[in-house]
Amino acid sequence: MKPEDSALVAQLCAARAGLNVDPDKTYLLESRLAPLARRENFGSIPELITALRASRDDRLAWALVEAMASSETEFFRDRQPFALFRDDVLPTLARLRGGQPIRIWSAACGTGQEAYSLAMVVEDQRALHPGMTVEIFGSDLSERALEKAQSGLYTQFEIQRGLPVRQLVQHFEKAEDNWQLSPRIRQMVRWRRVNLASELNTSGRFDVIFCRYVLSAMVEPMRQRLLENMARALAPDGFLFLGQNETVNALDEAFQPVSGRPGLYARNPDYKIAA
Amino acid sequence: MKTCLVVDDSRVIRKVARRILEDIGFEIAEAGDGVEALAWCRAMMPDAILLDWNMPVMNGIDFIRRLRQEPGGDQPRVVFCTVENDLARIREALDAGAAEYIMKPFDGDIIASKFAEAGVI
Repeated sequence: MKPEDSALVAQLCAARAGLNVDPDKTYLLESRLAPLARRENFGSIPELITALRASRDDRLAWALVEAMASSETEFFRDRQPFALFRDDVLPTLARLRGGQPIRIWSAACGTGQEAYSLAMVVEDQRALHPGMTVEIFGSDLSERALEKAQSGLYTQFEIQRGLPVRQLVQHFEKAEDNWQLSPRIRQMVRWRRVNLASELNTSGRFDVIFCRYVLSAMVEPMRQRLLENMARALAPDGFLFLGQNETVNALDEAFQPVSGRPGLYARNPDYKIAA
Repeated sequence: MKTCLVVDDSRVIRKVARRILEDIGFEIAEAGDGVEALAWCRAMMPDAILLDWNMPVMNGIDFIRRLRQEPGGDQPRVVFCTVENDLARIREALDAGAAEYIMKPFDGDIIASKFAEAGVI
């Protein structure tokens, strides 16, 4: 790729989604953009970029940003956050909320493995918390990722990364060469396209947000806005999960790290968001 | 150092698995079928066993059932690694005492993930 083409891609990703794309990583850019160029019937990536410059096609620009935003994910990624959710967060919220729904948001959920992992945990814990009701939402920037998430259909390779075999046996069915989550688990999650870099109107709606490996993928100026969005979306006594090595430094007045629980933050109930 | 017995009738698979498991930190022994594997286990129980299903002489499912009757045979964490990918087969393996189950083809990430899940790393 020409440096000016890579720079344009990086600029579009930062402006539209707050994504930090290194224009020097041409291999990464090309591996993400080549399938898009093929889908859009361009002969090559340079042709795609030329068309984008010439037409200012909004749909195409978003397709490019979505292609760059897609990232690898897996069931029960890092394992520990899901154990924390199961052993600490869910019992606490089940007690506090009583029969009121516990609302969980898997932000930037990609192809859905995180949201479904949470759904499986909830389903497996249901007997311990009689009367508990849970609503799970998965959001991503990419429509294509959400389509796959909604199908609940995964390859043999995908179901072997992070998913314990007992969960596979309990919650999946074989679908020819692939594996599909049971209707019961699929029905527990609702999906929606959300751009985390935009202003979100989700005031206090969620009790738990999993927003992992998003901050670290964003340009510096966007991190504060993302955390403001998370603070706004969380209930005053809600919890935020971040990825390993991610911190709330860009907005540390809004969240308190939960002692001895790396990656888990409690919303500071006194933090007031500017209107 | 933890020990892992790799049981597979394919020398190529054993070699690939050995390289991956040595990188994770296991000391490796190899067996080409269930009978050979039982002999290994009677001499020294490994911490983990990576076990193929379809093998000559004694297959993987017969091996694990025999293993579990041996003195100390309840100790090794057994991870199946096989082309068998039906739910019924997976349930059969779990019922026989397998801790985890890998469907071939596999890579280093899958082995590491499954061994972590099996509680052996």
